[in-house]
Amino acid sequence: MARYLIPLGLFVVLVGFLGVGLKLDPRQVPSPFVGKPMPAFEMARLDDLNVSLSHEDLKGEVALLNVWASWCASCRVEHEFLMTLANDEKVPIYGLNYKDTMEDATRWLEQFGDPYKAIGFDEDGRVGIDWGVYGAPETFVIDRDGIIRYKHIGPLSQDDVDKKLLPLLALLKANNA
Amino acid sequence: MKIRLLLLPLLGVLWATSAGAVALSDYEFKDAAQVERFRILLKELRCLVCQNQTLANSDAPLAKDFRKEVHVMMQQGRSDREIIDFMVERYGDFVLYRPPVRTSTYLLWFGPFALLIFGGFVLLRTVRARGKPAARALSAADRERVRTALDDLGDGESR
Repeated sequence: MARYLIPLGLFVVLVGFLGVGLKLDPRQVPSPFVGKPMPAFEMARLDDLNVSLSHEDLKGEVALLNVWASWCASCRVEHEFLMTLANDEKVPIYGLNYKDTMEDATRWLEQFGDPYKAIGFDEDGRVGIDWGVYGAPETFVIDRDGIIRYKHIGPLSQDDVDKKLLPLLALLKANNA
Repeated sequence: MKIRLLLLPLLGVLWATSAGAVALSDYEFKDAAQVERFRILLKELRCLVCQNQTLANSDAPLAKDFRKEVHVMMQQGRSDREIIDFMVERYGDFVLYRPPVRTSTYLLWFGPFALLIFGGFVLLRTVRARGKPAARALSAADRERVRTALDDLGDGESR
């Protein structure tokens, strides 16, 4: 009797693996930076190209870095959540304007609102590559010491904000108190 | 005539597979060796947008950026190892088109062969078992029945 159960057992194990595999999303490329210091950068600011924004500016408080562009449709979808985070929750959000033009980006902000404390203008996407960016939107959570704690790929949803971001932000703020 | 019919789809396949190749003339190289290095490096890196393609044949804007980056690093004199490490540092192992052989990927690389060998072994055993039916020792009662039956047969013939 046991002999006939062995192939069945193997099949069940295989189905288990396949089931787990089907649930995984290859579009979600995990960031090797989680738990590590954020990559160094220096970009011109979107509002004044003569002033630069660097990684040092992001240290000292728990902050978000949001990768966005005017050509990115999903960015429009998550925009309202960024506005809420910036205005109601008072979370400093830094923008990385990814592979965009100054005119389009500025017009987009005027049209939809500006949740960003400061925006870096990454026209050729070079800073994006240093951060492991492979699309827009992406959002990084950075703690006071400049360590990346979480990377969110794709637009934020209300669920993402409530269940993932806000608890993490609260935790990080409490930790460094 | 038959051979010509076969050549047509073959030509089609060759044409289709070359259509995706990237125009290397977009970039400047010092010599043929560099061109070859570039071509090989591009095949080792994955396009993260069109994830089943390498940088060698993806048209995605991100792939263009990556190719430019690889080219710039080559001009800076970085080695192949350094360029690969640069990409893996930022994007993780998934940016390598061929998964690295590590303890965590042993199952991925060797699993299919192990499964094949195991399957072959099981097959061999099953085939051998069928060829030789197991000889069961006769019980005493059965032996009596055989003796009686043979005796009956013997009596019949001698008559």
